[in-house]
Amino acid sequence: MGASRAQKWGFGAAAVLVFAFLYLPLAIIVLYAFNKSTINAWPFPGFSTRWFEKLAHDTEAKDAAWLSVRIALFSTAFALVLGTALAFAFARFRFPGREPVNFAVTLPIILPGVITGVALASFFLFTGTDLSMRTVIVGHTTFCIVLVFNNVLARLRRVSPSLSEASRDLGAAGWQTFLFVTLPTIRTALVAGALLAFALSFDEIAVTFFLAGSDTTTLPLWILGALRRTRDVPEVNAVATVVLAISLPMIAAAAYLMRDEGPALSSRD
Amino acid sequence: MKRFSRFLYAHPGGRLGLLLGPAVLWLLVFYLVALALLLLTSLWQQDVFTSELVHKWTLDNYEKLFSGQGGLWLRIFGRTVLLAAIVTVIDAALAFPLAWFMARVASPRWRTLLFLAVVVPLWSSILVRIFAWRTILGDSGVLNSVLVDSGLLGKPSSAFLYNDNAVTITWVYVWLPFMVLPLYAALEKIPDSYLEASRDLGAGGWTTFRRVILPLAFPGLVAGATFVFSLTMGDFVAPQLVGGGSQVLGGAIKDRFGVAADYPFGAALAMLALVTLVGFLFLTRRSSALEHA
Repeated sequence: MGASRAQKWGFGAAAVLVFAFLYLPLAIIVLYAFNKSTINAWPFPGFSTRWFEKLAHDTEAKDAAWLSVRIALFSTAFALVLGTALAFAFARFRFPGREPVNFAVTLPIILPGVITGVALASFFLFTGTDLSMRTVIVGHTTFCIVLVFNNVLARLRRVSPSLSEASRDLGAAGWQTFLFVTLPTIRTALVAGALLAFALSFDEIAVTFFLAGSDTTTLPLWILGALRRTRDVPEVNAVATVVLAISLPMIAAAAYLMRDEGPALSSRD
Repeated sequence: MKRFSRFLYAHPGGRLGLLLGPAVLWLLVFYLVALALLLLTSLWQQDVFTSELVHKWTLDNYEKLFSGQGGLWLRIFGRTVLLAAIVTVIDAALAFPLAWFMARVASPRWRTLLFLAVVVPLWSSILVRIFAWRTILGDSGVLNSVLVDSGLLGKPSSAFLYNDNAVTITWVYVWLPFMVLPLYAALEKIPDSYLEASRDLGAGGWTTFRRVILPLAFPGLVAGATFVFSLTMGDFVAPQLVGGGSQVLGGAIKDRFGVAADYPFGAALAMLALVTLVGFLFLTRRSSALEHA
């Protein structure tokens, strides 16, 4: 159906307005990262790069960022192994209890982080486990599994199992089939799922809040603290700007890899 | 190794177990058992002096939840449900025209770009995006300056920030992509011929929307609403950063597990949120299943 001219303009105008709403705060963040003053007032007080310089020498912020990177790397790695294996089980086998397992893997992303957080906090309280980087990784992995699972399962559904059967029939060993036949077909789905898991873990606050030990200051926890101190707000804007600048190429990569799969973020199967 | 691989090839059950086992075990221990312990914690007591958890059964926490402090906790719960419902409806109203434009009006090349443009905000710090609303709505913020400069306001108003409206706007803003993406996916799947048929049979724009588009977009709408409602029900960050100090459920839970250190009661509050959301899930799943019966 060719959209009518009125429809084109009407919905176009609405889309522009909604996008303006989506991007106004982002513009504010980036603009005020270059604020000359400490106060976030309008009109804009003037440009400077002092907050980026301050950030470059702020060991606390950098330590927090590095901790977040490590937590995100571990959580992503665990989620990759667990989520991929689960996706293979769903794609290649029929077994009882598919629905409950599917529900259990999706639930941590549907329910708000605060519930996952306090549930695991109760768990660790009961088992007498000290809160640390490890407990945060457990929490993050739990909600990241579904991201890898969904991406890999979507791909496997489109790849015929006869591919790997042919490989076996031609005499390839199990590991050879996996390495040279199966892996190349799911590689981009793995990368996209991993990027998504990494991004979510890196920015996670609700689960982290309940599972971080006193010395586990992730970047979001550091930001939450810094936002309470008015003088540190411009530096926080600088942090967010740097993170965004690093993320943009990653988003583009993820979108490029998943260009045939449709929305990479849908967590419902 | 070779023998193991041969065994797995000959025994599909072993392969299935190996694939399924680790993830199921992980979710069982770190999610389902954790949720069970949350339930148990809500049925336990806490020593008043040492704050140690005492594994003795009690329904006190639930009694306090449903009738304690003049119904304070139920009021907080009701307020949060109401706010979550409002945020969900506003997000649906904002997301629909955008998703429709992306899925049905824009060219395929633009479609990909617009899709990316919806995703990009999700990749920048959610805390900082929430905080940006202080810069927009504050006394010396962008909104006030624009209103004063244009003569609409005599002097800056402090009515925009630190209240429920500010929290609502912020929630609408941060969760909007979670509504747009599933709605877009649903709208994109509607075949052109359905809309043409509706028009050929004499239906106007509104009738086509109500009788054809809305039912077909329903699963996407439900998925988006689930995300937005659930995220709002649990959030404690936006009320903390831009709110006026009136309590929401997420904040109440956070405080029990944080400063107040009253885990059993916090667990009871969390159970209330959990039961509400799981109920919401079943309700929406059922209605969307009926829609496709």
